[in-house]
Amino acid sequence: MQLPPALRARLVGGPGAAEPLPVVRDPAAGRAPFRFVARKVRFPREHEFFEDGDVQRHLYLQDVLTQVAEEPQRSRVPEFTCQVAGCCQVFDTLEGYEHHYHTRHRHACSFCKRAFPSAHLLDTHILEWHDALFQILSERQDMVSVPQSPPRQRLRPAQGWVLHGGGQSWVQPVGLRLVEYQCLVEGCTEKFKTSSARKDHMVRLHLYPADFWFDKPRKSRGLATPGPCVPLSAEALGGGGEQSEGDAMEVCAAEDVAIPWGAPSESRAVAARMEKRTYSRRIPSTICFGQGAARGFKSTKKRDQRL
Amino acid sequence: MWNRRQGRLRPAGCGVEELRRRRREREAALRKARREQQLVSKRLLREDALEETGGGGVATILGEAEIQQFLQLAQRGTEEKEREKALVSLRRGLQHPETQQTFIRLEGSMRTLVGLLTSNQALLQLEAARCLHELSHSEQPAVAEACLPATSYLLTYLSGHSSDFISPHMAVLEALGYALSQLLQAREAPEKIIPSVLGSTLPQHMLQLLQPGPKLSPGVAVEFAWCLHYIICSQVNNVLLITHGALSTLELLLLDLAGAVQRTEDAGLELLACPVLRGLSNLLTEAAAEDVGGQMQFGDERVVAALFILLQFFLRKQSSLLPEGLWLLNNLTANSPSFCTSLLSLDLIEPLLQLLPVSNVVGVLVLTVLCNVAEKGPAYCQQLWPGPLLHSLLDILAFSDIEVVDQSLELLQLLFLYRPEVCFLPRLPRPSCSNQGYRPWRSVRQPSSRIVCVLSRR
Repeated sequence: MQLPPALRARLVGGPGAAEPLPVVRDPAAGRAPFRFVARKVRFPREHEFFEDGDVQRHLYLQDVLTQVAEEPQRSRVPEFTCQVAGCCQVFDTLEGYEHHYHTRHRHACSFCKRAFPSAHLLDTHILEWHDALFQILSERQDMVSVPQSPPRQRLRPAQGWVLHGGGQSWVQPVGLRLVEYQCLVEGCTEKFKTSSARKDHMVRLHLYPADFWFDKPRKSRGLATPGPCVPLSAEALGGGGEQSEGDAMEVCAAEDVAIPWGAPSESRAVAARMEKRTYSRRIPSTICFGQGAARGFKSTKKRDQRL
Repeated sequence: MWNRRQGRLRPAGCGVEELRRRRREREAALRKARREQQLVSKRLLREDALEETGGGGVATILGEAEIQQFLQLAQRGTEEKEREKALVSLRRGLQHPETQQTFIRLEGSMRTLVGLLTSNQALLQLEAARCLHELSHSEQPAVAEACLPATSYLLTYLSGHSSDFISPHMAVLEALGYALSQLLQAREAPEKIIPSVLGSTLPQHMLQLLQPGPKLSPGVAVEFAWCLHYIICSQVNNVLLITHGALSTLELLLLDLAGAVQRTEDAGLELLACPVLRGLSNLLTEAAAEDVGGQMQFGDERVVAALFILLQFFLRKQSSLLPEGLWLLNNLTANSPSFCTSLLSLDLIEPLLQLLPVSNVVGVLVLTVLCNVAEKGPAYCQQLWPGPLLHSLLDILAFSDIEVVDQSLELLQLLFLYRPEVCFLPRLPRPSCSNQGYRPWRSVRQPSSRIVCVLSRR
């Protein structure tokens, strides 16, 4: 099929319509036995006109799906070890090594050595687990509307705290948000005051299962909310269903295959120490305000002596 | 941009003849399936897989104990090979519906599989994914539903991973487009699925993904173009699509495709061209299409130029798409003096005539387009003759199908009406009852009153 050379030039030229030639129809044109009428044609979905194109489409899909389902052709190389310090995994295929690196080292936390599936989750992990300021502020944020004995009048309240409920308790104003828990779904910009609010959002909006391995809540004395646990039922399979302190979406080691996103790469004890987050709202017992001073805010003087 | 696509499609390790034979068989199976309204790619995949494993590893029904054993071995085996083999055996068993049922009823089984999917052992992950693949294709709703817990992990995993992808998100988008296209093919789609899709922001996103430019991903575009086609040909609310700019987007994409042909970056291009042609052709039949203003100027002759470049490409690479291209040409020219004039001014009549002998279907469509031009009156017929038209017409009349002859006569009639000078040519047969006079008509199976009328004009 020969096309005029000017056609290609026309394609790259600017938009433009041809000035139409005059249309003059003779009524004799459509007279019987002739029946031609210029008309646009519409084909519905199941029309046989589409058969050839549909067949081609499905041949293509089958090719793609077959490639997905086929045994992968893996070219073997002499065995070599992962070069990352502390990792002694051995490989005999480049794809295997590439995959290992992406899974275990690419988004690994340098503080606690845990690996994550994406940079986004790693960043979130670092912020929520290793950022000192975040931890302090989140602790304060936890103290919203919990009734406490008001500090003595001579002490100035901590910044931001106001009297509430007729002077019976100290709370942070509700509008104050010190830390934000970002939604774990990349691209979602929602932020939340608590990790359980974040979890609710992910379950409601992003349709994550309620027993998804979200991060475990911090252990706070006094706030006895057990939070979302991971109901592992590996007993049916006789596997080691032990649960460790999990972090959000962490990649696990091979032995811990039944607990994805859960176990750290090192020994549990070490990791548990490193990532243990326990927060106390009370003054630690080691703090002392000077020799002879009572711990905390209890006055040593007898009340009636103040008069 | 299309080269990547081709690399992925080439199957491994087969002789050319064997490949051709297999392809013919698959094509025949697909045609049969379509006629029985059973054309769903996922179903056919499983049937193929069953056939291929026949003899070697037939899909066996696995019992609860066996499934447990395989899962345990996969999870806790000491040898990597052993663990992989266990999952392969499980996958083969999962091809059977009964095994699927047993699997999902077994407590913790899906959780273990998901755990294996997220393990850091590449081969275990792959086999676990293939097990999920089997399960997700099940016709039993309970089984497919049981796979849902995996989706959050799959999406999270995909969104952060792999240097193979052009962008980490393209593979996800392509998979989503494919999944949506499958949904839109469901029988209940026009009543249940398409209205909610149209009521959401999906159409705008789809059109966004189809915008030509450096960010256009071929794989993603193919999937969403098919989605658009399924929505459009279901005739639910095409006016809405037009207001979102679907016509304009599809036209620009058509121009882009023609450009790709010119740059010989055309591998796999027909995969995208097909749904684009269909979408445009069907949308043009909407009344709202006539009022498109402020968008891409309708009547833009670049569309015609692009279409002919694609027709030439189809003739070379995929002749089964010629009818679809000509269908678009019909819908462009039927009610548009401007497009008919473009055909004439861009010298496209002769290229069109070159398609006449390809097949009866193509021949009828070419003649219909020519009729669209001729019926607009003397000014148009003057451009059709003198020229190669009459010669080609008379050539095909002698050896053609009744429908081709019918359409040729319609065209001849219009030509004689608006260009009477044609009648006085000596080459035309005389109105005689003798066999010699009717020699050009010997292939006509039944006498047609139109033949008599046409001849009587002389």
